[in-house]
Amino acid sequence: MNISYTILIPLIPLAVFLLLGLNSKTIKPAISGYIGVLGLATSAALSFYTAYEYFFVSGKVDGVYQTFVNKTVWMNFTETLHIDMGVLIDTISIMMLIVVSIVSLMVHIYSRGYMKGDDGYTRFFSYLSLFTFSMYGLVLATNLFQIYIFWELVGVSSFLLIGYYYTKPSAVSAAKKAFIVTRFADLGFLIGILIMGYFTGTYDFETLNNPEGAVILNWASTSFMGLSVITWALLLIFIGGAGKSAMFPLHIWLPDAMEGPTPVSALIHAATMVVAGVFLVARLFPMFYFVEHGFALNVVAYVGAFSSLFAAIIAITQTDIKRVLAFSTMSQIGYMMLALGVSGYEGHDGVGYMASMFHLFTHAMFKALLFLGAGSVIHAVHSNYLKDMGGLRKYMPITNITFLIAALTIAGVPPFAGFWSKDEILVAAFEHNKLIYYVGVFVAGLTAFYMFRIYFGIFWGKEKTYEHTPHESPLSMTFPLIVLALLSIVSGFIPFSELITPDRVGFEAHLNYPLAAIATGVGLIGIVLAWVFYKKENSLSDTYATAFGPLYKWASDKFYLDEIYLFITKKIIFNLISAPIAKFDKKYVDGTMEGIGNKTVWLSGRIKGLQSGKFQDYAFSFVMGAVIIALVFIYLWTN
Amino acid sequence: MIAGISIFEILTVTSILFFIGIYGFITRKNLISVLISIELILNASVVNFVVINKYLYPDMLQGVIFSIFIIAVAAAETALAVSIIINLYRQISSVEVKDTEIMKY
Repeated sequence: MNISYTILIPLIPLAVFLLLGLNSKTIKPAISGYIGVLGLATSAALSFYTAYEYFFVSGKVDGVYQTFVNKTVWMNFTETLHIDMGVLIDTISIMMLIVVSIVSLMVHIYSRGYMKGDDGYTRFFSYLSLFTFSMYGLVLATNLFQIYIFWELVGVSSFLLIGYYYTKPSAVSAAKKAFIVTRFADLGFLIGILIMGYFTGTYDFETLNNPEGAVILNWASTSFMGLSVITWALLLIFIGGAGKSAMFPLHIWLPDAMEGPTPVSALIHAATMVVAGVFLVARLFPMFYFVEHGFALNVVAYVGAFSSLFAAIIAITQTDIKRVLAFSTMSQIGYMMLALGVSGYEGHDGVGYMASMFHLFTHAMFKALLFLGAGSVIHAVHSNYLKDMGGLRKYMPITNITFLIAALTIAGVPPFAGFWSKDEILVAAFEHNKLIYYVGVFVAGLTAFYMFRIYFGIFWGKEKTYEHTPHESPLSMTFPLIVLALLSIVSGFIPFSELITPDRVGFEAHLNYPLAAIATGVGLIGIVLAWVFYKKENSLSDTYATAFGPLYKWASDKFYLDEIYLFITKKIIFNLISAPIAKFDKKYVDGTMEGIGNKTVWLSGRIKGLQSGKFQDYAFSFVMGAVIIALVFIYLWTN
Repeated sequence: MIAGISIFEILTVTSILFFIGIYGFITRKNLISVLISIELILNASVVNFVVINKYLYPDMLQGVIFSIFIIAVAAAETALAVSIIINLYRQISSVEVKDTEIMKY
């Protein structure tokens, strides 16, 4: 399979970014929107063509999906250790290409309506293109270092887009918070990469991931503090992934990231960038699975399960609809992580891996839809808060229907996509680890509950009178909603188990009826509870909130994690460590350097009088010097 | 070769000429005078070349040829120096050494 053209997929958005970014003052907004959409549509078309070629024409050889690599050496360190640049095409990178293409294209189209009249319209589209370029580069990366480069690039574009409204202090601080927290996590990633490079001598995914390869077979050769160094490297790499994917305890940036424009939240903080951590673990899955008998993978499973539960509980108590969706995203990513964590490798054992990728795909569709729907609502009522909404179903029928479809999808109601992917995850968890399974089922119920809480809160609930009558959004905004709603319905029927499995062979997946019934039942209970609490305006929810007392308060304050971080950084690190170091730096390091400079200035001031500017003085010095040297030589020779 | 005069007397004369040139170069106040002093230094060395050639290696010609070469270079150098002085005069209306100090530190 010739894949040389795939390099165009990331390069077209890069070209669009440069074109729009360099001419952001001169290009008319209407044109820049078209350029952005057109560039991305081309990339998306190429991605779909690649997917078609790969899955249906030439990807499968002898029943096994192949990996195609097209790369060139970029930096040479030693004979074996070098950094390459190139594209790697295999099942999961193709799947991510499709996800990024669909969601990014829809968000581009949506943004043309949502951002209309904004001063930075062209700037916004150039940032979107930069992000899409980075994300394509990330999913197509051939080695750890290349993925790291694009990893940082998506971080930067996320920073730029969260801080898009840079005149708002809250947006600026949210952007900084997101960048610093993920950057801090990426430090772990970098150290992990360096350890990996030092002990295995390669960064290449193909070499690292080969189950019969030297790297995986020799994992036990060096150990450190009771674990193999490779396990340590994988854990450190997972810290990077956890930072990007907002896993506990590095999730604190995600709710604040909602300060960005809503299409950005849909694209970056729901569908694509935040699943990069899941993608990273999936990319290194054979290593996670085989090294130290899956120790690192167990960590992934428990972190995922805990984050999933933690975020779902917080989501119930939030009143800002975008924050509810943010915590919901964190919870669903936790789901994907736990699915990866409980996965096996061969044949049907790989159901967790498959389910994780499946859920990643369906989640991208329905969560982008939820965010875009929320954006449509926010566009209509100019507020993020549930208290300002209610009864909107009469004014916004399309948004109402699509949002309902998305909510049913995430709640796991058949036959929507979320039901199929969630069911596979629960099957994998049930077969592997009962504790994680129970957490998963409980979270499924919570998910249904908090999602229908905001659904009823927005579209039903109290009959509110609005100052400006809300109206349905324009076609450019409703069209992506409809497309994504259709995808949320049909994407569940994609036979993922035959396409994406860890061993690349594929297997026949069957619905496990008892487990599916339990999950659906729990989801329906959640929906019914939400119906009782929020369908009509009543005081039931407040009564229960007070009944839970401090627990409710803790959850609505996000368990005070932000405050703990602030205490640790501001009070402990700043005062006890940073301040003395800063003082030492100012006084001694700077003092020495400045002292050298000042002394030089002083000395040259004293001796500059020697340079009189009269050339005859110089000639005199020269002659005297010559005479003295001559005398010295005469003296030496005559003795 | 001049009868009755040894090489030492001639070298003494050229040395005196040379140091007169150096003295003039260092002390003259006028740039043209400084240039003339340089000519004195060059001429002292030219005479040295000729004399040493004639007294020590009478059947060779290198010293004489070299002196002609030095005269040619000196002519070119004088032309250059005079043109610099003329340009300087156009800028500051003076050919005094003390007026050329404006470029110091």
